[in-house]
Formats: sequence, structure tokens, C-alpha cells
Amino acid sequence: MLSAWRQWVLLPVMAVVIGLAGGALLILVSGDNPVTAYGGMLQGSFGSSDAIGRTLEKATPLILAGLAVAFAFKAGLFNIGGQGQLLVGAAFAAWIGFDVNLPTVLHIPLALVVGGLFGALLGALAGLLKATRGTHEVISTIMLNFVAANLTDWLVSRDGPWKDSASGAVARSPAVLPSAALPRWGPLPTGFLVAVAVAAAIWWVVNRSVLGFEISTVGHNAKAAAYAGISVTRITVLAMAISAFLAGLGGAIQTQGVNGRFEPGFNSGLGFDGITIALLARTNPLAVVPAGLLIGAMNAGSTLMQSRTDVQPEIISVIQGFILFLVAAPSVVRWLLRLRQDLDAPAVDLASGWGGS
Amino acid sequence: MTLTDADPAARSTDPRPAEGWTSRLDWKALAFTAAAVIVVLVAYRWDSTQTTAVSARTVREASPLILGALCGLIGERSGIINIGIEGQMLMGAFSGFMAASYSQSLLVGVVAAIVVSGLTGLFLAWAAVALRMDQIIAGTVINIVGAGATSFFYIAGRTMPRISNWAVPGLDQLPLVGRALFNHGPLTYTAALAVLVVHVALFHTRWGLRTRAVGEHPGAADTVGVNIVRLRYVNLSIAGSLAGLAGLALLQSAGAFDRGMTAGRGFIALAVMIFGRWRPTGVLGAALLFGLFNAVQAQLQFKQALSIPPQFFGMIPFVLTIVVLAAAGLKARPPAAAGRPYDPE
Repeated sequence: MLSAWRQWVLLPVMAVVIGLAGGALLILVSGDNPVTAYGGMLQGSFGSSDAIGRTLEKATPLILAGLAVAFAFKAGLFNIGGQGQLLVGAAFAAWIGFDVNLPTVLHIPLALVVGGLFGALLGALAGLLKATRGTHEVISTIMLNFVAANLTDWLVSRDGPWKDSASGAVARSPAVLPSAALPRWGPLPTGFLVAVAVAAAIWWVVNRSVLGFEISTVGHNAKAAAYAGISVTRITVLAMAISAFLAGLGGAIQTQGVNGRFEPGFNSGLGFDGITIALLARTNPLAVVPAGLLIGAMNAGSTLMQSRTDVQPEIISVIQGFILFLVAAPSVVRWLLRLRQDLDAPAVDLASGWGGS
Repeated sequence: MTLTDADPAARSTDPRPAEGWTSRLDWKALAFTAAAVIVVLVAYRWDSTQTTAVSARTVREASPLILGALCGLIGERSGIINIGIEGQMLMGAFSGFMAASYSQSLLVGVVAAIVVSGLTGLFLAWAAVALRMDQIIAGTVINIVGAGATSFFYIAGRTMPRISNWAVPGLDQLPLVGRALFNHGPLTYTAALAVLVVHVALFHTRWGLRTRAVGEHPGAADTVGVNIVRLRYVNLSIAGSLAGLAGLALLQSAGAFDRGMTAGRGFIALAVMIFGRWRPTGVLGAALLFGLFNAVQAQLQFKQALSIPPQFFGMIPFVLTIVVLAAAGLKARPPAAAGRPYDPE
């Protein structure tokens, strides 16, 4: 019991604490007061019902990006393309949102699903290339990130088909119709509820379904899985598609619940945040929710922090980098805390050559 | 027992055919180069001004890609995958810019870029070797911290001394090649030199043989007494310094640091490395090809000659990388040990 507690709580919590301490050091070096800065961050993320709403809003795409990475991990795949899948999901949800006229009960889910499916298309492509041509998914998804960024940029640019005619030089899509907009319940955005429900569903798929069993069998030993009659190609494509669907859904929620339209470049870095979140949650879908909330709170609080102390919000990414490093290198945490007992890193083995198998 | 190129047992640790001008010529590469030269000459006959401008720009755009790809190449040849090139380039450019800005000396800037990026390489080696961290995640850490820290410490409005062009006297007066090859900033010449140096070092020195052995079959290298750990630390530091030079090459073009100025070039460098099949000469060819796309895109945008949206041109290098990787399929063979921590049994 004690050791389980150490693995699940102590390592992530310590990684966050040490990461924040590292951030405090940098704030100090840059000539600001870390206590004021973190105080501002805390108040900006939990200090009022508005702030809490903002935190939940920021956490939503992060949770889905984290789920996307965690789910692919189960199949031994590294989906580093959350960024691109999210952009595509956001753009296509916007298209359904402004271009289609439907009653709310149909319009909201249709736009969400279409956004997710177009994201899934990118993932399925990467999975197919991996399974049939041996193209490493890390390379293909990174490349697809840039393809997606350019494509969605174009869709709402001067020459693009979805340009808002009322926005002048600004590249953006028209606003989604009210029937496609996700409502808020007080400070509680509907999108956040969707993300939590999806996290539970993914937990069920991973731990209780046949598909989940097949996926983790392939993830542990593809050769053994093939020998047992599981189609590795099917599972690889499906796992990448589902993973990318989650990221695309995150983009769709951003469009329908937060931005109200598609604007390029709203999510720089979200895909990489997903990696931090997935590892912080030790790739457990349910634990992704609190991990996403934590990073979301930091993002939500960074604005108030900046206005109080002049600390640039980019400190958040540095802290996240520290956290990612620490959760991936438990021996460092152990050494820093002088723990005797070993802490296990989450079982991921991704770096195994680019080209052939 | 020392490893030398003459040792047949050690040689067999690299299953690739021996390369370099001492062995057989690479006819495919030769034919490709000849075709490229003919295309450029025909284009020059057709429109000399444009061709000269595009050629010069191609070479300039290729240089940071060459240096970044060589960084990745040395890492993978030593058995460590590096997807942190983007972050390393950013940190190199940032520290070079800040140091040059405060000291008003380019030399100080160059030293700072090399040292800081070298340290990022050392970090990657440490994470991979000592901590046995997943190398993809270690690279991602470098990217996240690199982008975050350089933005966090960024100060708007600072300037640095200009990195001016070094025209080669006499040669720069030649038509076409004068501007295309002999009138560039120092980092562009450095990139060309780096290809030569890394090629010779990798295939014609004891260090190169050991490096390739460690990347392909660390167990065998260990058996004959190669210090794998030390070699990986040293090589990754050297590789990091090359990424720092790549960052400086970006400064050479841009004149000042800007947040996120790498704009994905570190990832393209990774593609260039694969495209170049983990060989310095291949990297040179692939980087020039990718540079050409950027140059043509810039020229067309400048002239507003074509109605193709710039975003589609922006996509080409990335789509091309995927297509080429898929086409190469299982033939694209990285060094066998890349990505795996070494376990002495």
C-alpha cells in the first residue's frame, strides 16, 4: 500500500512542488517576487467563481490532449501530434457550427463529433503509415502538425473558403450559430463535463473492454499480440485514430465553448502540454483530469500573475518542462528527497528508432 | 585493444557499405547532383537574375538545417535519438544573441551559443545514459524548456552587432556561383565545412568508427574496450554545439532574436537527417532541397507571381518528408541502437 501511495501520489506531487520551486528560482533571478507571483497565479485560478470557470475552461482541452497522449501510450505509440489534431478539430467544428442549421440537440453533438473525426483522420493516417510502412509516428505526427497548422490557416485566410467576410484583415471564421454553442452552468462550462465523461469512458475502454485489452497487448508486445491473432495494423490505426479523435474533440470544444469561432494559433503548445499531463497522470485516464486541472489552473492564473508582477506567462511552460523532466526521471526526485525506496517511472518505451521496425 | 579502421572485426559492426572516396563511388548521388546542376544551369539561361537570387537564398536557408541535422545525426550515430534540436537551436540563438548584445562582440555571442547548446546536448546524454529516461521525452523536455525559457527571459528591443557577409575575393565576381556560393555570412561557410568535417570524422577516423559502433552495436564496442558512456556524453555535447551554430545561422539571417524564431526548423532538421539517410553528404543534399522550397516560396510571395496560397507552399517540406519516409518504408534504417539505453550484462 505504502509503495502504491508513493508511486501514485508522492512522485507526481513532488514533481509539481520541485517544478514550482524551480520556477520560483527563475522568477527570483529575473528580479520579481515569487510569492507575489504565485499568489497572483493562485488567485487568478481559484480566487473567484470567474477564476474557477476560467481554470475549468483552460483545463478542458488540456485534459483531452492529455487523454490523447495517454491513450496512445497504451498501444506503445507516441502521439505528439495533438497540436495539429486539435487545430483541425477546432476548424471543422467551426465549419459545422456556422455553416449548418440544426436544432441545438443535434447541432452541438454533430459539430463536436465532426471536429473529433477530422482530428482522427490525421491520427489514422499516422497509424496507417506506422503499421504498413514503418514510418515512426513521432516523425509523422510532428510533420502533420505543420500540415494542419498551414491547412487551417489557409481555410480562414484571405484566399480560404471559411473566411469571415466581416472581419477585414483578421483571419478567422464566422461565429458559430447559437445552436452549436456549448452553454455554461454558472462557472461550469459544459465542455469540461464532456471532458470528464470522456476521461471516464476512456478509462473503461482501456481497463474493461476487449479493445482495451487488445491495445495493451499490442503495446506490451506486438509480436506476441500478432501471434495471438490480434491484427496489429488494425489496433495501431484504431489506437491512433481514437487518440487523435480526443485531441480533435478538445479543439471542437474550444471552438464551441470558448472562442465561439475558429481563429488560427490559439493553441500553441497544447499538444506538448498533453505529454506532461499524461505522464503526470502516469497514463491513467482518470488521473488525467486532476493533472489537466493543475496545468489549466497555472495557465488561467498566469494573466493575473503577469499584471501583478511583470512575470511573463511563459514561466508556465518552463515549470511544465521541469515537471515533465521530474516525472520521467524519478531517480532525480528520489535523490533530491533522499528517499530510500525506488520510484518507478511510468512504463513508456517509445524511442526505438525512426524508420523500419 | 584499439579499434582502427583496418580492424575487420570492428568494421563489421556497421552493416552499411563502407563509404567515402576511398571506396566505391555513390553513383546515385552523383547522378542526382549532375541533374541538379543541369537544372540550375537551364534555369540560369532562362532567367539569370531570378535563378541567382533563388540559388543564393537556397544556400542561406539550408545552412541552419544542415547544422541542425548534423546535430541529430551525431546523436543517432552514437545511439541517442534527439528530437530536442528545435529547443537547442532556440537556446543557442537566444544565448548567442543576448551575449553578443550585452558585450557588443560577436565572438562572445558565438562562444555563448556553443557553450549553452553544448550543455543542452550534455543534458540529453545525461538523461538518456545516467537516468535512462525515454529519449523522446528527454527531447520534449528540451523543446518545452527551450521555448519557455527563451520567451521568459526575452527582452524586446535589444540589438546585436550585424553578422556581415564574407565575400570571397575574386570568386564572388563569378556569374551565378559568385552570389550563390561565395558571398554569404560566416555561418553558411561553417555549415558547408561542418558537412565535410563530420563526413571525414565519421567515416575516416577512429572516433568515427567507435561512434558508429556504439550506435549500431554497443555490446560489441564495449567488448573491445570503447567507453560507451564517455563517448555518448562527448558526442552529444559536440552535437549540441552544432545546434547552437544552427541558432547562430538563424541570427545571421534575421539580425536579431525573436520568440520562437526557429519556427519548426529544428523538426525539419530531423526530417533532413532521415531524408539524408543518416549521412552528412545526404544531409547536405536534403537540406538544399528543403532550402530550395523555402527560397522558391519566398521568391513567389515577393513577386506575387503565382496564385497558390503561401500556406500550401509552407506545407510542402512536411508533406514531402512524410511521403519520402513512407516511400522509403522499411529501407530507411536508423542506427540500430538509437533510442535504447545501453545495458552492460
